[in-house]
Amino acid sequence: MGNILNQIGIENYIFLSVLLFCIGVFGVLYRRNAIIVFMSIEIMLNAVNLLFVAFSTYHQDAEGQIFVFFSMAVAAAEVAVGLAILVSIFRNLGSIEIDKLKNLKG
Amino acid sequence: MSTVLIIFYILSAITLSTAFLTIYTRRPIHSAIYLVLCFFSIAGHYLLFNAQFLAIVHVIVYSGAIMILFLFTIMLMNLNNEDEVHKPRITRLGAIIIFVLVSIIMISVFINSKTIMGDYDNSGVDYQSIKVLGKVLLNEYMVPFEFASILLLVAMMGTVLLSKKEKSGK
Repeated sequence: MGNILNQIGIENYIFLSVLLFCIGVFGVLYRRNAIIVFMSIEIMLNAVNLLFVAFSTYHQDAEGQIFVFFSMAVAAAEVAVGLAILVSIFRNLGSIEIDKLKNLKG
Repeated sequence: MSTVLIIFYILSAITLSTAFLTIYTRRPIHSAIYLVLCFFSIAGHYLLFNAQFLAIVHVIVYSGAIMILFLFTIMLMNLNNEDEVHKPRITRLGAIIIFVLVSIIMISVFINSKTIMGDYDNSGVDYQSIKVLGKVLLNEYMVPFEFASILLLVAMMGTVLLSKKEKSGK
């Protein structure tokens, strides 16, 4: 099985990752439900991971995949802590709409 | 057009449309389901690259662990209602404009840089089987690997501390 990029081309993967990342940015800006914002952040992380794997294949090198492995560990930790923070926000405020989180505004 | 290219286009269409539907649907549970589909299609992309280890880990970590966390949080907080108020129209319009502008700019940048990329290597050396990845991970990247375990431990303790109900001493 030859290099898969000979049949698809790295630029297709770049465009896919860019579009996926932009959809994530759009979700962060568009929704006010904090859980959906978290999901958008996950989509952005996944776009970057996909590009890492694409370039790992491009250079025929394992290090890109190692980096994706570490970024998955960080993403798992981030989601666990973030959702715990959301739960405690929900306990204190009764909702998780991010527009209501303006106690620091004074 | 080769079959691989057709598979790539189908997978990309699934990825992009489910990612968009994740943001667009009103019910958080539906968003979570669409996000699972999006993650599975990304695992399909990894399989297309022949990166078996990452595909399996991606399914286990994202579609397994992270989505269970999301679903449990949504159900615990009983958030599955559609009466979420939209942001003001000007903010939504700004979000759409930023989305269009950023994608146009980045895609045009990468279209113009396309000629620099030459032919693709095909050395035939095995670089992404589980055996090779394990050797690289546990030889050259031993210290970051241990730090990742410390990070996960600290995250677990932080999660327990944050979500524990405070003793009401007031």
